Amino acid sequence: MERREMALLEIKVNGREYQVVVVDATTSLLTVLREHLHITGPKIGCETGDCGACSVLVNGQLRNACLTNALSVRGAEIVTVEGVGGSGKLHAVQKAFYENHASQCGFCTPGMIMASKALLDRNANPSEMEIKEALAGNLSRCGSYKNIISAVKNAAEEMTDGGGDQ
Amino acid sequence: MTLKNVGKSKPRYNALEHVTGEAKYVDDIFISGTLAVKALRNPVHKGIIRKLDISKAEKLPGVYGVITAADVPCNTYGYLTLDQAVLAEKEARYMGEPIAAVAADTVEIANEALDHIDLDIEKQTPVFDPLEAMKADAPKVRPEGNVLMVGERPYRLVYNGNIEKGFAQADEIVENEFFFPSQEHAPIETQVSLAVPEKDGRLTIHTVTQGMYFLLKQLQRILGQGEDLSHRWAERIKYTPRAHLGFSDIKYVGGNVGGAFGGKTELHADAITALLALKTGRPCKWRWTREEEMLHSARHSPWRMTFKDGVTKDGRIVARQVFSIHDAGAYTGLSSYVVDKHTFYVAGPYYLPNVEVKCSVVYTNKVPTGAIRGFGVTPGTYGCEIQMDMIAERLGIDPWELRFINAMRNGDQLATRTKLDSVYLIETMKKLAEMANHPLDKKYSALTSDPREA
Repeated sequence: MERREMALLEIKVNGREYQVVVVDATTSLLTVLREHLHITGPKIGCETGDCGACSVLVNGQLRNACLTNALSVRGAEIVTVEGVGGSGKLHAVQKAFYENHASQCGFCTPGMIMASKALLDRNANPSEMEIKEALAGNLSRCGSYKNIISAVKNAAEEMTDGGGDQ
Repeated sequence: MTLKNVGKSKPRYNALEHVTGEAKYVDDIFISGTLAVKALRNPVHKGIIRKLDISKAEKLPGVYGVITAADVPCNTYGYLTLDQAVLAEKEARYMGEPIAAVAADTVEIANEALDHIDLDIEKQTPVFDPLEAMKADAPKVRPEGNVLMVGERPYRLVYNGNIEKGFAQADEIVENEFFFPSQEHAPIETQVSLAVPEKDGRLTIHTVTQGMYFLLKQLQRILGQGEDLSHRWAERIKYTPRAHLGFSDIKYVGGNVGGAFGGKTELHADAITALLALKTGRPCKWRWTREEEMLHSARHSPWRMTFKDGVTKDGRIVARQVFSIHDAGAYTGLSSYVVDKHTFYVAGPYYLPNVEVKCSVVYTNKVPTGAIRGFGVTPGTYGCEIQMDMIAERLGIDPWELRFINAMRNGDQLATRTKLDSVYLIETMKKLAEMANHPLDKKYSALTSDPREA
């Protein structure tokens, strides 16, 4: 095996600072989150950027953690579904997914919530087409799309009414 | 009586965990010291294994165990027909069939170890088309023959009445052939298995399966019966493994499943992680890549269905003869059960005084097929309902009316000769017609599921 240089990755995830020793320059952000930090909200579905199950926010931008090189996001602020809200204080998007039966197996749900939050952060009142476009990179094999779209609409209403995490 | 739950919308029991990311799936379980598993898969469609040398792979730094058929206490398993090997021993019947498996520090080392396994496999002529496979001179997928015998017959048979007499009463014969292609379940969560040898000698297996008790039985057979090979493990691990793993020695842990759709009823990964955990004494996790999932997991069987119906000018089906071919792939798996259900349902929810259904399980050199969305009922309904529309078209009858004329009622018999006593098909169709704004002639809206007059 080739000799590998170790690198120290400083990263902020869900408001907390971490230092991670990365031994392989090709390590993905998803591997760092899941295997080093055991933050398992982001899921492994394809590792090719096709399913969106690993969606996270990197400095507020929606990214596939599987395609994001960990060392390329040094010093960045990462938000995963765990950082959006916990069971005691659900974010409007999470509450709307819960109330609209927008999850079946639940495996795509963390990614769907991140993509929905990214949309609502930049567009408080999206049209149905804008919601569909924003979620186009996230697959639900159970086919929960209809309820997911309703959930995003409800979340948008709730957030503009002053609810949720403003 | 007041209803507590019926008619009310209730939150999903684990939806809160879903939306917060707290829901744990098998791949979310981390145990320190866990080894990564990868399998060497058959590179040809059909072949005889001439040489399999794992010595170089075993010596690779970071590799803790390599298993082949010799490490499997009982290397035949299945649901009803015990014809599948955990790891192929002499012959491999489909491309991608596991031949050896490696447990190593990382996925990269495990994959590198696979390259160090010396496999010499002699290619043989495969057969892919079930119609070709049914010919007498076709290459044999399995030594017993390419068609599953159901008792004395090469097909499952149910019949009622007299099919020839039925055809003789018919004004028209409507004959059509339907194909239903293969399909992959493609759950977003791929196959994952984590086997953990416990200090008390028990083995914990975290599984993604939908059918825990189906597979527990198969695992117990694989790990606990046949030749006792536990002495081989004893030398390698700190504690003494039990000679025969019984039900109480396997702690099979299910939980959240990230989509399955039938694709997680097969023993895809649990036996191999279990064997590697026993061999290495370390937790072993195997997560399939998306590519492995798409290429190697069980899939929906392709079907070919031939319907021959004798119908009268006024729209009664007086004879229905169906012959279906279920392409099982290389091993039986759930095929016997799938074919049972298909045979019972394919003729449809219709009154058929004369009916004959035959269905053959045919083996081909392809990935074994399994459960998906209704065990053979979905393809049957697809064939049957298109056939109904085609009969309506031939007779110039409204397809709704054709279904009302032939709808099953109380007291009717299925092809299996089961007498029905709680049928609401006509009532359901009337409600549907109302919802779809489809006008119904008084003749049909006056119908009920009451027994037909003799």
